[in-house]
Amino acid sequence: MCFPTWYSMEVSLHKPEIKLESLKEDIKDFLKTSGWEKKLQNAVYSELNVFPMPCHPAAPPEHIKEPLAYMRKAQGSWEKRILKSLNSMCTELNIPLAQKRPVNEQKELLNKWNEMGTDEPDLSLFRPVYAPKDFLEVLMNLRNPNYENGEQPSFKNHLGLIQVPLKVKDIPELKEDFSELGLNIGQLGIDDSAQVPPELFENEHIHVGQKVLAEQDSAAAQQYVRQGCPTALRADLWALILNISNQPEDILYYEQLKSNVIQHDLLVDSLIYKDVKLTASNDDYYFVFEDYLYQVLLCFSRDTSVLEHFAYSSATPPKSYIQGKLGMEEYAVFYPPNGVIPFHGFSMYVAPLCFLYHEPSKLYQIFREMYVRFFFRLHSISSHPSGIVSLCLLFETLLQTHLPQLFYHLREIGAQPLRISFKWMVRAFSGYLATDQLLLLWDRILGYNSLEILAVLAAAVFAFRAVNLMEVTSLAAAEAVLADLSTLKVMPLLQIFLFATVT
Amino acid sequence: MRSVPVPAGWGMPVRGCASAVLVLYGDVPVPVWEGDCRCPSQCCGEDAGLGIGADAVWIWGDAVVGLRSPVPQVQEIVFRNFYTAFLSVRVQRPGPSGSRRWVTCLRDLCLMPCPHTEEGSQDYFCLRRHQMLCDVDQVTAMRFILRQPSPVWLHFTIEDLQIFPPGQKSPQKDFPSWLSQLTPPEQPVSLHGELPDPEKVSTEVQQMWVLTEVIRARQAAARIGRFDVDGCYDVNLLSYT
Repeated sequence: MCFPTWYSMEVSLHKPEIKLESLKEDIKDFLKTSGWEKKLQNAVYSELNVFPMPCHPAAPPEHIKEPLAYMRKAQGSWEKRILKSLNSMCTELNIPLAQKRPVNEQKELLNKWNEMGTDEPDLSLFRPVYAPKDFLEVLMNLRNPNYENGEQPSFKNHLGLIQVPLKVKDIPELKEDFSELGLNIGQLGIDDSAQVPPELFENEHIHVGQKVLAEQDSAAAQQYVRQGCPTALRADLWALILNISNQPEDILYYEQLKSNVIQHDLLVDSLIYKDVKLTASNDDYYFVFEDYLYQVLLCFSRDTSVLEHFAYSSATPPKSYIQGKLGMEEYAVFYPPNGVIPFHGFSMYVAPLCFLYHEPSKLYQIFREMYVRFFFRLHSISSHPSGIVSLCLLFETLLQTHLPQLFYHLREIGAQPLRISFKWMVRAFSGYLATDQLLLLWDRILGYNSLEILAVLAAAVFAFRAVNLMEVTSLAAAEAVLADLSTLKVMPLLQIFLFATVT
Repeated sequence: MRSVPVPAGWGMPVRGCASAVLVLYGDVPVPVWEGDCRCPSQCCGEDAGLGIGADAVWIWGDAVVGLRSPVPQVQEIVFRNFYTAFLSVRVQRPGPSGSRRWVTCLRDLCLMPCPHTEEGSQDYFCLRRHQMLCDVDQVTAMRFILRQPSPVWLHFTIEDLQIFPPGQKSPQKDFPSWLSQLTPPEQPVSLHGELPDPEKVSTEVQQMWVLTEVIRARQAAARIGRFDVDGCYDVNLLSYT
C-alpha cells in the first residue's frame, strides 16, 4: 500500500509555492488539508493491526512465525501430509499441477468469465485435499514434549480433546475485553429489533456511523463496529477498517490476476470448483453468488502478494521446481502462486462477503485482506490467541468451567463437544448461521481484531441448547440437536453467556 | 536449607564469551540467598524428575547456574527461555572492604506470566544494565537462579545465553542508526522574514533526503506479481524439503 501513497504525495509536492525553509511545516499542512494525513494514519493503523509486536532482534524469523518449536514441527508435518496428498492425486489422475492453457481454451475461458458456474466439468475424480475433521485429528494429537503428558488422568491432563497448555482467557477477562457487548450498551442485533423504538439506540448509532465514514478514520471505525454495523453502512465501514480503497492500481492488479488465471491452468482450480459445487452452490443463501466465488478464488490462487502473510503465519508455502529442475533455486516456484492450498469449505470464507460487495475487484481485495488478517489462523497450527488451537482450548475451557455437568455428560456418552463445534469455528460460522447474524458476528471479529468471539459463541450455543443436550445418549443425537443454527440470534446468546450467566 | 553437592568442572557452553569454561561450586552447601535469607517455597522434592540436564545445581526445585563472568562490565544479557518462570541474577563484585560479595541485580523477573501455560515459555529476552538493581561493573562471577513453580514441565532452563560488554551491541535489526540521530529538536518557525538559518534548513533537507532514500530502497523489494520463471509455470510435483 505504501508505494502508491508515497508516489502520489511526491507528485503533489512538486509545486512552486512550497518554500525550502518552511518545507517541513508545509508538508505537514499539506498532508492535513489534502486528507493524506488520515490515509497515512489509516495505513499505519492497518499495519499495526496485522503485524505482530516487534520482538527481540536475536529472534530468528521462524520465531516470529511461531515461537513454540513443537508447534512449528507439527505444522511442518501437517503440511507434508497435505503435499503428499496433492502429489498422489496428481500422479493418480495424471494431471500436472500447473500448465499453460492452450490459446483456444484461453479464449473460451475469457468469454465465459462471468458465468463460470454454468460450466459442468467432470470433477468426480477430484477429492478435497482435507476436510476440517482431518485437521481436528491432527490437533487432538498435538503434544508438548516438555509437558507431563501422563496416561493416568490427573490435574495435568485436559478433559477435552486439546492437550496443549496454551493460555486462554476466562470469563472475567473476556468480559473486560468485550466490554462493549455489555448488557447496558446498545447493540445492533439486539436493540434494533422491531419491539425497540429506534430513537433509543438505532437512529443515533446510524448517525454516528455516518460521521465515522465522513471522517474516514480506520481506528474510529474499528471501535464503532463493536456495537454492530448498520446494513447500509457495513460495506464502507469494513472497507475503511481493512484499509481498502479500490484505487485504479488495485483494479489493474485484479485484472492482471484475471489474465494469470486465463493463461495458466492449475490443479488447484479444480479443487476450488469442486469445493464451490459441494458447499456454496448447495447453500440456500449463497448459491446465487457462485460465479463471483470463482472470480475471487481463482484470482486469489494467483496472487503472490498473499505470500507476505507467511512472515507472521506459522505456515510455509509449498514449493516446487519447474521443468523438473529439482533443487535449482532459479527454477523454484511456489505452488499455488499464493501458497495457500484450499480445503473443503474454503469457499465459505468468501460467500458472505458477496452480500456486501458486487464489484469483483473490491470483493476480491476485501476477501484477501480478511484472509491475511484472520482466516489463515483457522487452518494452521500455532499458539497465537486467535489461532484455531487456542480457540478450541478456549471453547473447551469455557464449557467445562461454566457448564460442567453438560461437559461431563457429553464426554461420558462419547460426544466430546469439540467434535461438533470444530467445524463451526474453522469456517467462522459461515454456512451455519443465517447471513444477517453471521455478518453481525463478523462485525465483532473486525471490531476486536480477534477470532476469540468464535469460541465464545460456540460455547454460548451449547449453553443455549443445554437442556436438550443433557437428554441425548449418543454423538449422533447430540449432532442432531446442534445441526440447525439458522434460527439463532447471535448477539443475545453472546451477551447472556458473557454477562448474564451466574458464575 | 538443604543443598545438593555438585561435582566441580561442569560447564554449559555460553556463546559470545571470552572463556567457555565455567566453574561451579564444589562440595560446599550453596545457599540461594545471602544476607537477607529468604527460603524459596518448597514446590517439589529432589526426585520430582524435573531437571535441566547435567548443567545445574538443584535446590528446592529451583536451578542455579553459576559462571565466571567473561566481562567485568555487563551491558546486556540476551538469552532464550525454555520454560523458566522466574529469573533472578546475582553478581559477585568487590565490596567496600575489598572482599567480594554477592549482590542481587535482578530479582524474580517474570518470564512466564502464567507458569502452567505456554506464554513466554520459548521467548527471547534481553536484560540491559539500566534494568538492573545494582551496578554491574567489576563483576567477577554471576549466578542465574531459575525458578519454575509449576510441576507440569519436565525440564526448564535458559538457552543461548550471551553477555555483552558496553560498546558491543546485540544484533540490531536493519534500521540505520543514523536515521534516528538526524532529528533535531522541534523549533518554531521564525516569523520575522529573515534569511532562514542554513544549518537548520540543511538538517531538515538532509532528513527528508534520508527518508526518501529509505523508501526507495524498500521499493526495490516491492512485489511485481510474477510467479512464473520466464513465462513458464509448468509444475508437476511438489517438493517436500
